[in-house]
Amino acid sequence: MKSLSFRQSGSARVLPGFGLSMGISVLFISLVLLLPITGLFGQLAGLSLAEYWSIVTEGRVVASYAVTLGAAAVAALINAAFGLLLAWVLVRYEFPGKQLLDALMDLPFALPTAVAGITLATLYASNGWMGRLLEPLGFQVAYTWVGIALAMAFTSIPFVVRTVQPVLEDLPAEIDEAAMSLGATDGVAFRRVIMPHLWPALVTGTGLAFVRSLGEFGAIIFIAGNMPYETEITALMIFVRLQEYDYAGASAIASVVLFTSLALLLAINVWQGRFVRRLHGGNS
Amino acid sequence: MSIELHHIAKHFGATQALEPIDLNIHDGELVGLLGPSGSGKTTLLRIIAGLESADRSPTPGKILFGERDVTHVHVRDRRIGFVFQHYALFRHMSVFDNVAFGLTVMPRKDRPSKGEIRARVFRLLEMVKLEHFANRLPAQLSGGQQQRVSLARALAVQPDVLLLDEPFGALDAKVRQDLRRWLRRLHEELGFTSVFVTHDQEEALELSDRVVVMSNGRIEQVDTPEALYRAPKNRFVFEFLGDVNHLEGRVKNGVLTCGDAQLKVDLPDGDEELLLRPHEVRLAETFEPGVHLPMTITAFSLVGAEVRVELEADWLGAPWLATVRHSDFERLKIHRGQRLYAHPRRWHRFKDEVVKASQPH
Amino acid sequence: MRRVGDAPAVRGLLILAAVLLSALFLLLPLVAIFAQALSSGVMVFWENVSNVYTLHAIGLTLLIALMTIPVCLVFGVALAWLVTRFRFPGRRILQTLIDIPFAVSPVVAGLVYLLLYGRNGWIGNFLDGYDIQLMFAWPGILMVTIFVTCPFVARELIPLMQAQGTREEEAAVTLGASGWTVFRRVTLPNIKWALLYGVILTNARAVGEFGAVSVVSGAIRGQTNTLPLHLEQLYQDYNAVGAFSSAALLALIALLTLATKAALQRRATRREAIL
Repeated sequence: MKSLSFRQSGSARVLPGFGLSMGISVLFISLVLLLPITGLFGQLAGLSLAEYWSIVTEGRVVASYAVTLGAAAVAALINAAFGLLLAWVLVRYEFPGKQLLDALMDLPFALPTAVAGITLATLYASNGWMGRLLEPLGFQVAYTWVGIALAMAFTSIPFVVRTVQPVLEDLPAEIDEAAMSLGATDGVAFRRVIMPHLWPALVTGTGLAFVRSLGEFGAIIFIAGNMPYETEITALMIFVRLQEYDYAGASAIASVVLFTSLALLLAINVWQGRFVRRLHGGNS
Repeated sequence: MSIELHHIAKHFGATQALEPIDLNIHDGELVGLLGPSGSGKTTLLRIIAGLESADRSPTPGKILFGERDVTHVHVRDRRIGFVFQHYALFRHMSVFDNVAFGLTVMPRKDRPSKGEIRARVFRLLEMVKLEHFANRLPAQLSGGQQQRVSLARALAVQPDVLLLDEPFGALDAKVRQDLRRWLRRLHEELGFTSVFVTHDQEEALELSDRVVVMSNGRIEQVDTPEALYRAPKNRFVFEFLGDVNHLEGRVKNGVLTCGDAQLKVDLPDGDEELLLRPHEVRLAETFEPGVHLPMTITAFSLVGAEVRVELEADWLGAPWLATVRHSDFERLKIHRGQRLYAHPRRWHRFKDEVVKASQPH
Repeated sequence: MRRVGDAPAVRGLLILAAVLLSALFLLLPLVAIFAQALSSGVMVFWENVSNVYTLHAIGLTLLIALMTIPVCLVFGVALAWLVTRFRFPGRRILQTLIDIPFAVSPVVAGLVYLLLYGRNGWIGNFLDGYDIQLMFAWPGILMVTIFVTCPFVARELIPLMQAQGTREEEAAVTLGASGWTVFRRVTLPNIKWALLYGVILTNARAVGEFGAVSVVSGAIRGQTNTLPLHLEQLYQDYNAVGAFSSAALLALIALLTLATKAALQRRATRREAIL
């Protein structure tokens, strides 16, 4: 291990532990993250392209894509607005209870998804605290598409808040002051000077929230009602196939979910990198 | 446009940043606010800009731009141009868009046409010699160029007054020199009223028509650079405007004694502290009756028009600094460890904050 | 100081909107958990919690978390040390790879483990020959839990260690410290709070994981049921009070997590203020 650490990139490494940390990291990532995914490919290899295509384009599955994507998009947009508001209020204003509000933002990450799931289902059922108020007004949340979006929005709130918050914190006061001294009203200054700084973080946070919502399972299944063609999400479709011991079917659908999420994650990373490079003159 | 401040004070919580201040700045004047950090100079500038509001109690102050009372006018309506120490350029906008910003955010009825904005921005960019950089992003410019953009941006809205907060503070020495000269020329060409903050006395003295020296939230003196240097009103101003040598001792029968050092002075008996500028110290190989200040040379530096010599003596609390001409340096064959005698050409004394200077010898 | 949006009306309106929406969206569910758990009185809540199946689920859940944490800790520290202390080709790829568990749906995570280690998978098939069963048993639950929680420690450490730079460690090396000493006496004191928070997050997720675990556990009462699976079963059996009693226990752990984060954050800002 020692000799390895001296050979790397032609110069001696000053700090110890290169070999050890590289060994642990690569071993762990290979065994825990990458190896299992090969199992998925193994399963898929047993399918012909036509079989694969017919599984992933079956009517009920396609309907689940539409439900999942649509609800996740709505949830992400709600969170973009809500997250921006919360980040702004938490960074720019002082008020009693601010620290509590700040702590509360992390609740969806800390709370097990199944707990969130049964709670939201109970709250928005027709005899629940919220359902009782909303249903007479004609809003049915539980066991509809709206409930799915709500559960997705709940579990992914912290993404937008926590990505926008630090950027807003780092924005120097002079930016506000410069805009105002040049005669800009608050609205114009926000739109033309502050928002352009927040865009990358806002898009990243919203994108992460969207990816998370696509894969969410525990929080959704209780409130979704799980009606075929209506309120079935794709993650549930995988689960249903598994319970039917249809491993090939589960794998095919899972591969669609997996590649969509990974592609989105990659796209977010690339886009973010390019944006940051452009504004910092290429040196970061 | 003239600026008048009446009774402007500022507290941040319990700490007083500014004691009540009155100040008049004339139309077309270039005024420097000079002081150490914490002296309140930046606070004062920001109050003039409207970025901070002055205390309303116990007695509300007043700010006039010409005849216009702007005390309660929001910064965006005050018609000021503000240049920030770290430029505060909008980094997602091109140089052109930065400079055009103030024009494009005007209410529709006052806003110039697109073509006119374009012409005006290019006129300004030409003035700051950046017309070829219009499409660059701020991150692609050097610090000095960014500060010039920032200046063009502030001037684009044709402000009544131009306010600059340590405009050259973040730049290196050479760029700073160039920008300073350039700002002075610009000021003379355009004739706007401007106030700038600096902690660099050289910058203040070189650039300003008048300098406002501040310390601890107070104005110590307002004067032309020349008057300030020649006739500092108090010890703080004197010490802040350049290097100072101290001579402490007891006067008895017209002779100040300090260890084995002696100096004839025309002062009453008692403890005294005299102050001398480095150029007011002459070095010689001999002493005269009544002027016996033996010193040892500990270091010297040849850089510049004069040689800076550091002196020590066991009767001195802190080392002295003397500047001697290169010809004297050679004549005296100055070297480290050499013993010489200091001869004050002139000294200053601020006992009870009353200014007194000796006659030049 | 003036800033954009500091007019009292704007300020008040935005704060009000933020507080109301958060209360409705976040606080209300939290309150509802405890209200439901206690809706039939404290005694019933206690009976539900001390039920033998619940106790077993609690035990299994804690055991899994307890085994997950050290694994994630070692991996997280090793990876953070590697990517912040050395430059080598592939560094960025490693950093991207650890985000996989965040992007992968928990159900998919459970599925890929099932495919590989289940009786039909090549490793599972091999182990089956020795009568070793990983899936539908606690080792399977542990494996998928490690998968979904492994990024947390690393993700907390990497930005911090990047910001701190290598100067202090290099200084220690020039003073003759050995590798382990450098880590223990120089690095560890600087990262211990982030490390603790990473562990807390790992724990919260390990205790609460549902989707991945439900695929590989088999959910046999008294055997492979974790607390989240247990509460699901109770909920499906229309035993709402029972389900929410378990939910309340998990919510308490979540609250503890939030409190720890708030405390660590306050500590960090206080230290910044001193420096």
